[in-house]
Amino acid sequence: MIRNILLFAAMGLALILVAMFQSVTVALAILNLGLISAVMALGVNIQWGYAGIFNVGIMGFAALGGVSAVLVSVAPVPEAWAAGGSKMALAALVLVVTIGAVIGLRRMLTGRVRSFATLLAVVLGYFLVRSFYDPAVDAIEAVDPAKSGFLGGLGLPIIFSWLVGGVVAAGAAWVIGKIALGLRSDYLAIATLGISEIVLAVLKNEDWLARGVKNVSGLPRPVPQEIVLQEATWFLDLAARLGLDPVTFSSQFVRLAYTILFAIVLAIVFWLSNRALNSPWGRMMRAIRDNRDAAEAMGKDVTRRHLQVFVLGSAVVGIAGAMLVTYDGQFTPGSYNPLRFTFLIWVMVIVGGSGNNAGAVLGGFLIWFLWIEAEPAGRLLMTVLTAGLADDSGLKAHLLDAAPHLRLFLMGLILLLVLRFAPKGLIPEVSGRSG
Amino acid sequence: MTDILNAFVLLSNFVLIPGLAYGSQLALGALGVTLIYAVLRFSNFAHGDLMAFGAMCTILVTWGFQAIGITAGPLPTALLALPFGIMGAIALSLVFDRTVYRFYRARRAPPVVFVIASVGVMFMINGIVRVIIGPGDQRFADGERFVVRARDFKEWAELSEGLTIRTTQAITVIVAIVVVIALFRFLNHSRMGKAMRAYSDNEDLALLSGINPDKVVFYTWVIAAALATIAGTLYGLDKSFKPFTYFQLLLPIFASAIVGGIGNPVGAIAGGFVIAFSEVTVTYAYKKFLGYLAPGGMAPDGLVQLLSTDYKFAVSFVILVLVLLIRPTGLFRGKVI
Repeated sequence: MIRNILLFAAMGLALILVAMFQSVTVALAILNLGLISAVMALGVNIQWGYAGIFNVGIMGFAALGGVSAVLVSVAPVPEAWAAGGSKMALAALVLVVTIGAVIGLRRMLTGRVRSFATLLAVVLGYFLVRSFYDPAVDAIEAVDPAKSGFLGGLGLPIIFSWLVGGVVAAGAAWVIGKIALGLRSDYLAIATLGISEIVLAVLKNEDWLARGVKNVSGLPRPVPQEIVLQEATWFLDLAARLGLDPVTFSSQFVRLAYTILFAIVLAIVFWLSNRALNSPWGRMMRAIRDNRDAAEAMGKDVTRRHLQVFVLGSAVVGIAGAMLVTYDGQFTPGSYNPLRFTFLIWVMVIVGGSGNNAGAVLGGFLIWFLWIEAEPAGRLLMTVLTAGLADDSGLKAHLLDAAPHLRLFLMGLILLLVLRFAPKGLIPEVSGRSG
Repeated sequence: MTDILNAFVLLSNFVLIPGLAYGSQLALGALGVTLIYAVLRFSNFAHGDLMAFGAMCTILVTWGFQAIGITAGPLPTALLALPFGIMGAIALSLVFDRTVYRFYRARRAPPVVFVIASVGVMFMINGIVRVIIGPGDQRFADGERFVVRARDFKEWAELSEGLTIRTTQAITVIVAIVVVIALFRFLNHSRMGKAMRAYSDNEDLALLSGINPDKVVFYTWVIAAALATIAGTLYGLDKSFKPFTYFQLLLPIFASAIVGGIGNPVGAIAGGFVIAFSEVTVTYAYKKFLGYLAPGGMAPDGLVQLLSTDYKFAVSFVILVLVLLIRPTGLFRGKVI
């Protein structure tokens, strides 16, 4: 216990050092993204640490959470709805009817007739959907394409999107889990990797939904704008009393407000997942993880439990994804990269300690901290290494340019070192009775 | 008649030839993945980045050759540099095997630990490649660009569609055939190849009959690294070299290996072509092709494209899922993970 407190204290100290030597703004930025990373790592820990599900499709669920932030918060675009809304709704209806027809046919028929009828229904449905869908897309995307060209969202406060993001990710996880969870670890990994790429492909190309790679920026915020703060008298008074410059203080104040919001979410998710872990349900999950056959023999429905935990973990990742887009204020599908959004989260969980929620949170903070700070450190290292070279040398310029990529190398190294020398992570899992 | 020929030439240009070239590249990549799986028993997530590393070494040596004036005449210089690239990739693989995988092998760690370790290796190789050559696009193809030019073909065949075969496409297919023949001769006829197959089939029995496991592992890495470099270089010649694309190739390569039956070399090749051709045929716009075949005035208005090219990942994935659900051992009865 003391060890854990010391580890978290060291993490806090590192952030304070950043605040002192770099700037308070940088430290707050690392803290905020660390909080989001910690939530995401908790989601992965629920899947991997509790149940041993090897999901490398984290990026897809994070992106689904992100698109929910857009769909909840952006004001609807009435022109686009008028232009193509009804056709799009018809296309959706036809899609639902097709899926229903396929399921119905598969239930009612048997043998060769069934395969033939299914195929026919799929092909027919595909062309029917396309015949409504294509004109709808063209109509919607033609509405003021430089600024909008999409249906817009619901125009609700963005904070609701955190919940919605979780629900959307959970829904997607249910469908994916139904298909893929019967597979053993390696196949599941590849299946989830593929699914996350498909989710991203859809988000990048379906411009009518969230503008695709044209991005949606200027999302509404759950905290006040800096400009508004700088004009409010109470804020100027506060800044004067603290003896701070109102402009810098306003940006720090906004970040601090985010910190509080994110910390509340992290605390809730942490509390809930710890309760779950220490309940009979959590013990059952670990029993399934450690000995699947024995748990099955005891009458546990392994596939169902796996589906349940897969949905829960993905929902947490979706919440974190929505938080991230809220914090960025924009949704940029082009910036989602599996190294950053899937594998980095995995490094967090493994380094922190899989199966231990406090470990996952610590891993989230620590790895995010290193990911950010590796960049200036790498540049410093390269500057020292290349000190002997002439200033105009091509090699020096190349090495200085390459410095940011050192962090990928560093992450791999950390993962391998922890896996080898501390395979249980920094804060190991507490096994049932001794804890 | 000319319309049918025109349609056929058009289809060759955009579907058959690119599909053959891409399929060969995937097949070579999938062979590496499948060999690692068969002998070392894990899915190597670092394979895409190993391809990038090998291709990078080849590119650096190619640039060196070009600078001192060594070229391969009409062929790309990269073919001369390929052996050096292969050596680089082999050295890197062996270093990682010694420092990372050997430890877990000695402890007989569960496969998922190997997979996580390979994720760490993936990060490291990715970092190395980006530090050395940068994240941007690199072109290194030189020599003659075309084997068959569209204009020459049009004049010769008196068709309105010209057939084009790029040198890189021809080389890809030829090299792939040579490599596959050599690999199968090795696996089926050489002492080491037989030892590898025995080890893959039943580890304990192989150890009992005096096969040296270290040697088997060594050769597996040598062959996998060589295949990865060849696949990576051919892909780079044919399209262009960019570290991130190689990471993304991981998915179609895995799909190929699994569709064919993971652990089975014949399956890897078949899977590569199945995935490549389905990607190309589903994302090709058939408008012009149908325009030649349809009777006058019946040409379609739309592009007649089943899926936009951006969804090619979805194609390999859907095939993967169908195979996993209907025939989990793959087309050629590989192992079930």
